[in-house]
Amino acid sequence: MAKPEMREPIESGCPDGFQYMHPTMRRNFGLWDFHEDTQPGVMVHVAKSGDKVWTVKAGTQRILDVFTLRDLLDLADEFADGYIRFTIRSNIEFYTDTEAKVQPLVDALKEKGYAVGGTRNSVASISHTQGWLHCDIPGTDASGVVKSMMDELYDEFTNWNMPNRVHITTSCCQINCGGQGDIAINVQHTKPPKIDHSLVGNVCERPSVVARCPVAAIRPAMVDGQPSLEVDEKKCICCGACYPPCPPMQINDHEFTQLAVWIGGNHSNARGKPTFQRLVAAGIPNNPPRWPEATAIVKKILDCYKEGARDWERINEWVERIGWPRFFEVTGLPFTKYHIDNWRGARANLNSSTHIRF
Amino acid sequence: MADIKKYPTPMLDVLEDGPWPSFITGFKELRDNHPDERINNVVNGLMGQLEHSYETKMGYWKGGTISVFGYGGGIIPRFSEVGDKFPESREFHTLRVQPTPGNYYTTDMMRKLADSWEKWGSGLQTFHGQTGNIMFIGADNDSFQHFFDEINDYGWDLGGAGPCVRTAMSCVGAARCEMSNCNEHAIHRHLVNSFTDDVHRPALPYKFKFKVSGCPNDCQNAIERADFAVIGTWRDHKKVDQDAWKAFVADKGVDYVMDNVISRCVSSSLALGEDNALVCDESNCVRSMHCMNVVPKAISPGDDKGVTILCGGKRTLKIGDLMGTVLVPFMKLETPEDYEAIVELAEEMIDFWAENGLEHERTGEMIERIGLVNYLEGIGIDPDPNMIAQPRNVSYVRTDGWDEAAEEWFNRKREEKAAS
Repeated sequence: MAKPEMREPIESGCPDGFQYMHPTMRRNFGLWDFHEDTQPGVMVHVAKSGDKVWTVKAGTQRILDVFTLRDLLDLADEFADGYIRFTIRSNIEFYTDTEAKVQPLVDALKEKGYAVGGTRNSVASISHTQGWLHCDIPGTDASGVVKSMMDELYDEFTNWNMPNRVHITTSCCQINCGGQGDIAINVQHTKPPKIDHSLVGNVCERPSVVARCPVAAIRPAMVDGQPSLEVDEKKCICCGACYPPCPPMQINDHEFTQLAVWIGGNHSNARGKPTFQRLVAAGIPNNPPRWPEATAIVKKILDCYKEGARDWERINEWVERIGWPRFFEVTGLPFTKYHIDNWRGARANLNSSTHIRF
Repeated sequence: MADIKKYPTPMLDVLEDGPWPSFITGFKELRDNHPDERINNVVNGLMGQLEHSYETKMGYWKGGTISVFGYGGGIIPRFSEVGDKFPESREFHTLRVQPTPGNYYTTDMMRKLADSWEKWGSGLQTFHGQTGNIMFIGADNDSFQHFFDEINDYGWDLGGAGPCVRTAMSCVGAARCEMSNCNEHAIHRHLVNSFTDDVHRPALPYKFKFKVSGCPNDCQNAIERADFAVIGTWRDHKKVDQDAWKAFVADKGVDYVMDNVISRCVSSSLALGEDNALVCDESNCVRSMHCMNVVPKAISPGDDKGVTILCGGKRTLKIGDLMGTVLVPFMKLETPEDYEAIVELAEEMIDFWAENGLEHERTGEMIERIGLVNYLEGIGIDPDPNMIAQPRNVSYVRTDGWDEAAEEWFNRKREEKAAS
């Protein structure tokens, strides 16, 4: 039988964005002067030439169906100029150089149930991963967690109530594609993997799996006469790093896969240097379909931040100023031995001074 | 619309309540109201499996190895472990497609993509995944090649998946931001499109990511997440429009300005002078952006623009999170030669890492293992005090090459002086 004729790919790589850019933005590329925030979700950028372009930002469900996508595109054509982009947090931005179009677009978006906001000192949309919908190693869902939390934080997205912007992320495993966030809700496994020894020898490249373990807790072993892998459960930190290269080492569990909340990750160089997020709460049940326990902790932290932080302080800066003991006091979260770092470089996370607030 | 037997989804149904847009409502639209029976069925199966995950708190997708003809990656294969229960979505692969720098689209082009995807896939997509790709979620074994052929013909190409150069990301940039210090679009495309072979045919130790942010606000999280982070900056004085500044002070009052701008400069380089003019100690400005974030109308980046390059940022696996560290404090990016130089640097970095990185080891982890100095020597970059937060504090170091190293430093300084 003749082989089917296959089409050679065109290795064009990343396409040129200028062809899809609003003409006013193209014309003023690199020549912008300043911007103003006219209402939550709306900015006007003014070019040195005097040209203006308005941006209207709306939150989306991120996993878009073609109906919703076309609905957004129709709004972009009817009320704006047919040019859009998506932000890193999956918000859609509509562009127009006609001021008169702005309010009708905002109204139309709200009318159709989209959230207009996410600019300046608001809680931006939660950046998330794939979760149970599509990932091969997820400990929890992503879209559902985000939907549940954004329902509760809707007013914080559509208003400017926070001391500064708040970026929230979620991750469905400890490898963390979700990245750093002012608040991060991440999976935290609490038990070592359960190994199906009948499969390991055939499915897993054993030396790679041994090499993948951050604490060298995995070793090759013969189990029931078959080549397999065993885990030193005293050394195991339950991170799940062995699970992707070796699916018979199941790390996910309906009970022992839990959630943890981390705070203070800040990618910006504004004021201080970029910072990593810090563990503040663990042992939170992975509780679909609404994850109320995790949401309650996030809301409590946000309330305390809103109450206690100065203007422009991100969450990490607020905690740095008031100190960690005060953070645990005001949020009511327990401080435990698990907060004390014992990973490499841990001494840098200890207090080697008499700087103590009483 | 097909008259199909719908899987019950009591837990997912709960996610239709509340004010935030619901992805479940979108799924149901596809399942119940899409004219193509194939899509009704696929999304029905998907919802059945997702409900099953919600009930059992477990995931049921497995990976595999598939790609389009001529490539080795770019597709995330997904095969259901519970395909017997939900056969309609048994194969549910994602195509990763590279967006434009800054993620710009026209509605016409978006519609074209939606039409193609509807023809071949599930009708579900994400703008964008965490690496930065358009995620077309849900193609089966028979359809992904057709979908790729169709969109590849009108200008779209697959991104990276697996141990390869990944799809790059860049911010909104000079197209709409007064803070921009570089042409993010050109940098993004020059870099990633110089490595299309390494994007499409995974053969590196692990992933390698380029991210471009036009200013130190770093909206792309480049320092935390990219092996090769390009951050726009400037090396002359920032520009202050004193009239606009004084208008700001008059509007907000001196107390507000002291509390929110002057005292918040991280390097204490700002003061309020006579007539409330802004006085800047420019030699101590570290480009921390705060003053211009608060008063964009009055303060802007300088004219001598360029980029800072940092290397080695990554998330947790394997040794813990690493921030990128400074590799090139300042680089001009204006002429074709400048762009060649940044691509050459990236080539050096990728080649050295391909040669010396262990399996599944990111650039930052390799540097942690071998030390920054060995890395610098490997890629031919001279040490610079901007690379460190402070010098070493432990005396365990051999210094028998000191005189030579000091002489090199003085020679470099002389050359720099002569060049300027």
